[in-house]
Amino acid sequence: MIARWFGKGAAQDAAVEAAALRSDRFRQARESDWQRLDAIVTAVERGRLRKLSDEDLLALPALYRTAVSSLAIARETSLDAALIAYLEGLARRAWFAVYGPREGLGAWLRRFLLGGWSAAVRALGIDLLIALAVMVLGTVVGWLLVADNPDWYYSLMVMGDDVRVPGASRDALMHTLFGQQNQNGLSMFAAFLFSNNAQVSLFAFALGFAFGLPSILLLIHNTAGLGALLWLYHGQGLTLELVGWLAIHGTTELFAILLAGAAGIHIGRAMVFPGEAPVLVAAAAAGRRAAQVMVGVVLMLVMAALLEGFGRQLVDSTPIRLIIGGTMLALWNAYFFAYRPARARVSG
Amino acid sequence: MARQPRLRRRPSPDQRKRQVVTPEGVPLPFTIGARGARVLALVLDQVLIVASMAGLSYILFSLARAVNIKTGAGGDAIGQVLVVVWIISMFLFRHIWFLYFELGPRGATPGKRVLGLRVAARDGGRLTTEAVVARNLLRDIELTLPLIFIGSALAQNEDTTFAGWAGAAWFLIFALFPFCNRDALRAGDVVAGTWVVEAGRDRLKAALSTGAGAQGHSALTQTRYTFGEAELSVYGEYELQVLERVLRENREDALVDVAQTICAKIGWNSGNGDERAFLEAYYTQLRARLERGMRFGQRKADKHS
Repeated sequence: MIARWFGKGAAQDAAVEAAALRSDRFRQARESDWQRLDAIVTAVERGRLRKLSDEDLLALPALYRTAVSSLAIARETSLDAALIAYLEGLARRAWFAVYGPREGLGAWLRRFLLGGWSAAVRALGIDLLIALAVMVLGTVVGWLLVADNPDWYYSLMVMGDDVRVPGASRDALMHTLFGQQNQNGLSMFAAFLFSNNAQVSLFAFALGFAFGLPSILLLIHNTAGLGALLWLYHGQGLTLELVGWLAIHGTTELFAILLAGAAGIHIGRAMVFPGEAPVLVAAAAAGRRAAQVMVGVVLMLVMAALLEGFGRQLVDSTPIRLIIGGTMLALWNAYFFAYRPARARVSG
Repeated sequence: MARQPRLRRRPSPDQRKRQVVTPEGVPLPFTIGARGARVLALVLDQVLIVASMAGLSYILFSLARAVNIKTGAGGDAIGQVLVVVWIISMFLFRHIWFLYFELGPRGATPGKRVLGLRVAARDGGRLTTEAVVARNLLRDIELTLPLIFIGSALAQNEDTTFAGWAGAAWFLIFALFPFCNRDALRAGDVVAGTWVVEAGRDRLKAALSTGAGAQGHSALTQTRYTFGEAELSVYGEYELQVLERVLRENREDALVDVAQTICAKIGWNSGNGDERAFLEAYYTQLRARLERGMRFGQRKADKHS
């Protein structure tokens, strides 16, 4: 009791001498270290990191290891239940501080943008190709279905507008592609952000946990609509114009959907072919890799929303639209596959 | 830690106890956060998020009005840019909230902190940034996606009954997920390799074996209690722990009861009013004997062994 109020001084030495039990002498000899660790950890818990001195911060790992080793010794040599409970609590709190997240949101975001993201995308490997193949397949299937029987158009396109339907005139279709500068870009932007495609991406990822098959079906269903749209405009000789209209934001948006689908397929594939690991462990590891990609997908969708809301309204010529879309595609490809800083690596 | 039976009605704190081996190789006890506390923490966080979003928006719009920027539809360019920035930040606000706080030194959102919870790695190693990102991204799929799903079906006048049922089923699967495993993991925890544990703290209690009574001196009767081998060998570690608890609680009737029981067992008479000194002396000498045994690898769990 007395020893609590003194440092490692003469008074404590006297108390150590007086203690009857060897385990109490052990306790008194180390108590000041524990109290110091306690104070440091309390400051960390209260968010007062700045008030801690550099010495204290540097001492934290060493003090933590002292406390953990004290705990291991106390468990073998002491029957003081209160002491062991305290040391367990102290070691746990210090463990939180020592093995907590090492970097904050800002530091992580910087690492993520400077290489972590593209490394995570590359880590998906073959699943990117699978997703791409599925999307191309979906487009072709959509086209062929509608070409075979135009009624398919209504089941493939979920949007309920009356202009873009089979049998529409060239002028009507043309009008949907050009001359809409007076539209409110803001509402287009907001609508996009909280609309279908953002959800499709999230769903494509989420459904990966159902062994990936729903992700593939979702990709096919959504690109089939694209194929049907291409067929519709192709019938009126507006293919290039439509591609330009889609490309300005579509290269970013479809790329984002591709990444989300690939992330979903990645998880599904890890669950179907877990290898040596248990299914849940394999799914979790794949999920952590895929989650990195998905953070990037959210950022890409925000960018696609900006391009759709403003870029497409401001730029009214097909060549420039194609140039912008092509440039974005080239930039994304360069960023994901050519940009490999030496320091960046993806963990988890 | 002993495995508990799978089916149980109400998990007691004991059933929520887990051992985790730290990288130093020492097992540390953890208590899984109660499911009710976690729901409450989530609700609290959502309320705080909505409140701070509303507050932030109010400040931004007041500022915009103060500098006379038209922010409505068809307003000037600066106004539009500001609104775009506002929409993006509101879109990302939820994610930033959880990531910022769980990646901070305290490892918990304000809601979790109020309820004494925090996120930790299940394997005892470092809680990586990637794990925190994964568990928070999955929260969107568990919670927000079904809500958006139902909401967009309502907005687009689609078949709302189907969307409603599908959304509800989706939501229920993930909401019930923590009730279907021992560690109360939600889907995000499974993927990230994390769990939510209690983060309590307690003070170091004074040693019982260093006081005057523990030396065997009795202040009241000026006698010295010394127990022989035969009198100390009747009890084990379990009884010692019970005795420690009684001494720490320091309730008069419990002290008398325990002193009488021990006296009856070892054939002593402690004398009225001096129970505490007697028990402290007995505690210290019993502990000394048992700890000596420990050092030689002989442990005595309780009086029966």
